[in-house]
Amino acid sequence: MELAHARSGDKGDTANVGLIALKPEYYPILVKQVTAARVARHFKGMIKGTVERYELPNLHALNFLLHGALDGGGTISLKTDAQGKVFSTALLRLEVEVAR
Amino acid sequence: MRARGPRRVRIAGGQGFWGDWLEAPYRQVNGGPVDYLMMDYLAEVTMSILQKQKARDPLLGYAKDFIPLMERILPILVDRHIKVTANAGGVNPRACAQAVAEVARRLGLGGKVRIGVVSGDDLLTHLDGLLAHGHALKNLDTGRPLSDVRDRVLSANAYLGARPVVEALRGGADIVITGRVTDTGLTLAPLIHAFGWSADDWDLLAAGTVAGHTIECGAQCSGGNCLVDWERIPDLANVGYPIVEAAPDGTFEITKHPGTGGRISVAGVTEQLVYEMGNPAEYITPDGIADFTTIRLEQTGKDRVRVSGVRGRPATDQLKVSVAYFYGYKAVGTLVYAWPDAYKKAQAADRILRQRLADLGLTFEAVVTEFVGADATHGRLARASAPLDELPEVQLRVGVRSPDKAPVERFTREIAPLILNGPPSVTGFAGGRPKPEEIVAYWPALLDKHIVEPCVELVDV
Repeated sequence: MELAHARSGDKGDTANVGLIALKPEYYPILVKQVTAARVARHFKGMIKGTVERYELPNLHALNFLLHGALDGGGTISLKTDAQGKVFSTALLRLEVEVAR
Repeated sequence: MRARGPRRVRIAGGQGFWGDWLEAPYRQVNGGPVDYLMMDYLAEVTMSILQKQKARDPLLGYAKDFIPLMERILPILVDRHIKVTANAGGVNPRACAQAVAEVARRLGLGGKVRIGVVSGDDLLTHLDGLLAHGHALKNLDTGRPLSDVRDRVLSANAYLGARPVVEALRGGADIVITGRVTDTGLTLAPLIHAFGWSADDWDLLAAGTVAGHTIECGAQCSGGNCLVDWERIPDLANVGYPIVEAAPDGTFEITKHPGTGGRISVAGVTEQLVYEMGNPAEYITPDGIADFTTIRLEQTGKDRVRVSGVRGRPATDQLKVSVAYFYGYKAVGTLVYAWPDAYKKAQAADRILRQRLADLGLTFEAVVTEFVGADATHGRLARASAPLDELPEVQLRVGVRSPDKAPVERFTREIAPLILNGPPSVTGFAGGRPKPEEIVAYWPALLDKHIVEPCVELVDV
């Protein structure tokens, strides 16, 4: 069952992923389950830095900053996804438990 | 007789980046009523490319694509009283203005167009003075002082805000051409000008900033790159670029011209609002700080989303500065391996390539291997569930980076030989030898506002 959609972008060597609840009632689930620590574990080995999380309850969204995600980012990066545009769907691969 | 209050203002997003759809600005000014057209031409390191052009020819250094666009739409702009805000000026806004003026005269529009030129953002010639006076221009990400890379700096520009653009509009400018100005400022300025917002109307300025952030990436808020229900977004081939329809109280709607493709929805606008976002409560611009956690969105019609409730805080006393500097060299080589065992063959080729580079004694700052079709986008997360044994093809993609050109150059010659002396069923090399590329990197810093003096000039055609 899908709970969220997302879009990602870059700020230097940091990828930001906006995670948006597909329905407002899913937002509390995301807040509880998709913590910065959990996202850090999800991306372990893929990012070199830490993960920060910000909440936007007005938009039913969370914003994650994934530091050291882009091999230097911008023009420095050798990655296909030098600007972090598909970190969004990489995060959407995360599965969480939903209480009935 | 009833007094008519200030009517709504419509600002069309015409271009999200230099390289965006050439059709968009033309369709924006033709597709329905529009008061302003805003366009973004400057990516982070664009200025360094433009400085190189200006060094070769003092009449260059601006976004040349702007001129053919003006050739195409100036008569419409004049006819329909549509104004333009664009950072197409690059590092030579005056030369850009002169080129536009020439086009206007050629089109018989003499006396009908006033061009506003905003400059003062270019700090390159002042850099040593600034450093000598103790402005370290420390890198916002690493904390290192600019003096570390001073001899490799190619361009340095402060991000001006909406103010000088407002001044140009107040001076009667129809086309405002700037150097480095914040993208949001290009949308906020028409709003300040139209509604007379004060420099300390922080909530209103924040609302205008949010409007700017929403449309600054063009169709990314009107159906482009939109994940929700993407397959049913209608007619992206004719996607309508977004239009801000704003009221004097700071509320606005995002919409698009009727008869265009795409979709404007709360979900899509939300995706754009979180795009390239840091701390959402503190979206800092020269004109103020917008709190994105106060935004309220509402679907008010088909392809119409209302934005309200935006709160803001006073501006800081610093400006962001973008410096571009020479970093080194990079090159990327690719080869495609076909079934059977495409992934294994690509992996083997990678091992052979790396062995050869090591045997040559070549060292690099970085060597990055990706297997496109398997893990280039999602890495380990994809490999876990991908049918790696059955992939019909895999593109081996290897990139190297070094401060020196020689090892990168040598690497570029190690790709083609693999076609004959490496693993089998290899193709996809028709592009020829990859070329070493100069890396121009981005150095973000801060500078006290009072040091930068924006300049506004008016040119009558």
